[in-house]
Amino acid sequence: MTGKPVPVANPDSAVFWEACNEKRFLIQSCNSCGEKQFYPRALCKSCHSKDLEWQEVSGRGKVKTFTVVNHAPSPAFKADLPYVLALIDLEEGVRAMMNILDCDVADVHIGMDVELTFERRGKQYIPQAKPVSKG
Amino acid sequence: MKKAIITGAYDTDVGELPGSSCMGLHADAALGAIADAGLNKSDIDGVLCAYSFTEPHLMLSSVFCEYMGLQPKFNAAIVVGGATACIMVMQAASLVESGQCRNVLVVTGDNRLTGMAKGGAVATLAKVGHGQFEHPYGMSVPAAYALVATHYMNEYGVTSEQLASISVTAREHAMMNSKAHRQTPITIEDVLNSRMIASPLHVLDCCLISDGGAAIVVSAADSGGDRPKTSIEIMGTGQGHTHEHIMAAPSLSDFGCKQAARTAFERAGVTAKDIDVAEIYDSFTITLLVELESIGFFERGEAGPACLDGALKIGGRLPCNTHGGLMSYGHSGAAGGMFHVVEAVRQLRHEAEGRQVEDSQLAFVHGDGGILSAHCSLVLGRV
Repeated sequence: MTGKPVPVANPDSAVFWEACNEKRFLIQSCNSCGEKQFYPRALCKSCHSKDLEWQEVSGRGKVKTFTVVNHAPSPAFKADLPYVLALIDLEEGVRAMMNILDCDVADVHIGMDVELTFERRGKQYIPQAKPVSKG
Repeated sequence: MKKAIITGAYDTDVGELPGSSCMGLHADAALGAIADAGLNKSDIDGVLCAYSFTEPHLMLSSVFCEYMGLQPKFNAAIVVGGATACIMVMQAASLVESGQCRNVLVVTGDNRLTGMAKGGAVATLAKVGHGQFEHPYGMSVPAAYALVATHYMNEYGVTSEQLASISVTAREHAMMNSKAHRQTPITIEDVLNSRMIASPLHVLDCCLISDGGAAIVVSAADSGGDRPKTSIEIMGTGQGHTHEHIMAAPSLSDFGCKQAARTAFERAGVTAKDIDVAEIYDSFTITLLVELESIGFFERGEAGPACLDGALKIGGRLPCNTHGGLMSYGHSGAAGGMFHVVEAVRQLRHEAEGRQVEDSQLAFVHGDGGILSAHCSLVLGRV
């Protein structure tokens, strides 16, 4: 059985994926217009400036929306069923897709507080979400 | 500017078609549409194709023209997911309106049910997700639409019963159409009890995977010929594009369908209230519900209760997907969207036997590609 997909970095995203391997999640902040963006691009999607700066996020966010997946898109995900696929709004104002790990799928709800965690895929760590730790 | 009219429309058998091929379905659809228009091969001076899962090619329209022995003056393939069929019609209209072509053949088809391994179409479709930032998380297309559904239900009080009624209505229409892929009666309970794919979407909230092909011919109104059938005018067209990946959608409530429909209505000089019959992309029950409200056929939060009340049935307030739609008539890739166009033509010609919307004069057709990403609307009218 083939494993779950491992992201392949390109020149736009290489810095992002290298940082993930250090358990850091970077977004881009535009020095020209102040816009923050994720996913990484070669330019600011808002003003098209190429003067972008990497910024590390706090790691806190909220569930914007989610689904509990019961039918895998490929055999690699079958063992994980049912799993949560979610859009996470990070505190810094950007949105990313992640799974929500380490929780009962029945507990997930819109507005739920989550924090970042990293899952190993081959030689790459990928960002994931988990419920905010208690205490 | 010359007027663009649809002179020919045809779809092949749809469903499980062992022995069919992508190009064979294209050919059957093309021959049917050309004959329906009362034209010959030599009259076709423009060709638009879409895409194929079973015979993918960098230059599908050139492959098709070679297969058919056509040497048109204009030839291109258009690839915008489920919006492709409507965008092809819009492009064909531009070609004849500008005088570049007289008769444009718009042709689609794929054998993605029998021509691929089980699960092959679903896996290929999932690649619509971002390779680095969505695909690694196990996003299927149903799961991506389910993200919209969860949001929409939470925000506007849509219920699973309301979504299910969209699927049941589609099936009721398919049962009036002997060509439809699925004709077994279903109830709301059947939908709710069917296998969950990605909550809140059950398998019966999802479209089919079918083999089939469909084509139309778009002609300049002054191009002459015998025209055995009633011509249908392309009165207005419009597009709207907000994103490709669902993670990057600027809104989870409003999508490009709003802009697409507004432009098409304005160009046609009509409003949503004037439409007699609507054929709207229904890849999932939530797809149709969001589109109906975003386009303006219903106020926010009203489409669900209205559908449960029978508004989308033939004889209802807005007869919708009268052939059975992607959920019950069939879905064969780009041909899925073209089935909606062909059905609109049949309704406007008053030849939709057994499911005819009485005296229909104006039709609205809409296609949605990606995850509510790319949209194109058409307003069609009986000449």
